[in-house]
Amino acid sequence: MAFGGTAPAHAQDKVEILNVSYDPTRELYRDYNELFAKWWESQGHGTVTMQQSHGGSGGQARAVIDGLDAQVVTLALSADIDAIAQKTGKIPADWQSKLPHNASPYTSTIVFLVRKGNPKGIHDWGDLVKDGVQVVTPNPKTSGGARWNFLAAWAWAEAQPGGTEETAKAFVHDLYTHVPVLDSGARGSTTTFTQRGVGDVLLAWENEAYLAIIELGADKFEIVVPSVSMLAEPPVALVEGNIHSPGQKAVAEAYLEHLYSPEAQAIAWKHYYRAWHTSAADPKDVARFPDINRVSISHFGGWAEAQPRFFGDGGVFDQIYSGN
Amino acid sequence: MRASILRSPSPLPGFGLSFGIMMTVLSIVVLLPIGALLGRGLMIGPGDLWGMVNSRRIWAALSLSFRAALIASLFNLVFGLILAWVLVRYRFWGRRFIDAAVDLPVVLPTAVAGISLTAIYAPNGVFGQALAPFGIKVAYTELGIWMALIFIGLPFVVRTVQPVIEEIDREVEEVSATLGAQRAYTLRRVVLPTLTPALLTGFALALARSVGEYGSVIFIAGNIPNLTEIAPLLIVIRLEEYNYNAAAAIGIAMLLISFTMLLAINVIQIWSRRRIGLV
Repeated sequence: MAFGGTAPAHAQDKVEILNVSYDPTRELYRDYNELFAKWWESQGHGTVTMQQSHGGSGGQARAVIDGLDAQVVTLALSADIDAIAQKTGKIPADWQSKLPHNASPYTSTIVFLVRKGNPKGIHDWGDLVKDGVQVVTPNPKTSGGARWNFLAAWAWAEAQPGGTEETAKAFVHDLYTHVPVLDSGARGSTTTFTQRGVGDVLLAWENEAYLAIIELGADKFEIVVPSVSMLAEPPVALVEGNIHSPGQKAVAEAYLEHLYSPEAQAIAWKHYYRAWHTSAADPKDVARFPDINRVSISHFGGWAEAQPRFFGDGGVFDQIYSGN
Repeated sequence: MRASILRSPSPLPGFGLSFGIMMTVLSIVVLLPIGALLGRGLMIGPGDLWGMVNSRRIWAALSLSFRAALIASLFNLVFGLILAWVLVRYRFWGRRFIDAAVDLPVVLPTAVAGISLTAIYAPNGVFGQALAPFGIKVAYTELGIWMALIFIGLPFVVRTVQPVIEEIDREVEEVSATLGAQRAYTLRRVVLPTLTPALLTGFALALARSVGEYGSVIFIAGNIPNLTEIAPLLIVIRLEEYNYNAAAAIGIAMLLISFTMLLAINVIQIWSRRRIGLV
């Protein structure tokens, strides 16, 4: 790994890179891009311009596969980056071992956002399928966050006394009959729940749930932490096939590497991600996260196995809606 | 007559050039994309195509898309005619403003239309709240899809019918009246037949636009498989699964159904033109 400051010959070039990311990272990367640009220039390099693109994780991956000229992808789950690697060869197959922590600079989890006072008494996954409860979650086919939601529900059901694959399947089947709207991305679902007043509970990225409370008022919503959830690791990767110059390569590599710096980690904490290093973070940002039993994707055999089994054509999710 | 034009070009110069330009542009803009879609279909083969389309969820989506488009266009057919009639025949304060506003659905980005309609008809929206006591839900139901399609299809009927209404000789109606016809009879036997071809064209345009509409509908539809999931959304979902063949299969199914419907409308149109002697 030869990162950062290795291309002095191109130091004065004006370099531009495109970071293709998923839905709820808008605020995070807005701050991080500012931090990185300053840091990069302070290291004696030329100016850099970072372009951002956000959308549902699956759709973003497809855009890159279809030719969107991204130098860096920062998506919701490794299956989407795997797809780019497999379909285009622009990312090496072993991309996830190139950066620390499975190439995930920050982690998150799935929590419940409910209306103030929790009028429907929702405390854990089992409460979501009670009569009259409406659940808002995006479509797992198009949204990475929704896939974490789905698997978190599955993991909970399986962990119940007497839980088996069959009971888990029955539970998620039941759960989706309580979903009145399937938006295509996480941000769309947040809007449906918060602005349109639809549903009693939103299954949300933890950072998205906090953001909703900050933006829309602590008097309207509150967060409920379920007993089991997922250890969501949104990974990052360099799209080597879209690197057009050594200068661009240096910037793109440094851009990813610097995500692990204490300053960048502090930004991740600030934006409600569970990052790795706390040295530069505001202790308050770290302390606000409750402990939560988080199941790793490796429990499902990794995304390479979970993706086709649950979300592929004819997979478990399709079976929910192809039945009667 | 058409065949003879092809055989002996008109005495006016420029036929070769304009025909060439027409074919080039038509090929690049229309024929190539459709050809690519059909080509993909040929590569897959009709048996596999049928296998990919023949599922409960896809039939539900196709039937929803065409049903909603049909209902919305029929509504627009009636309401668009009334609107066009009022705009042409009556003079009132604000007429020009309304006339200009009719085009707004075409100009507005469809996402904006979808979000605005959803905000209004959502359970906490202005209309949504008013309708809730009656148990009527609009946003996230099929009714919401109708609303979105009515919104985007309306200008097509109004703008095709309006100029024809302007052309109607009022003397014809007066003659009808002096010959003893009632108002309703004149409307039914004199005015409407003249308008039928234009109405059908407007209806066909609105229908074609509604069937493929995506941007505004996904915001208000709810997108629940088998209930409120439109066919174009299913195509996008198949693309997100990297299943390009299945996406093409649904696309081809929509193309075939649309083509059949437009053909049927054209046949009716030719028949109605013959009937009132416009051919």
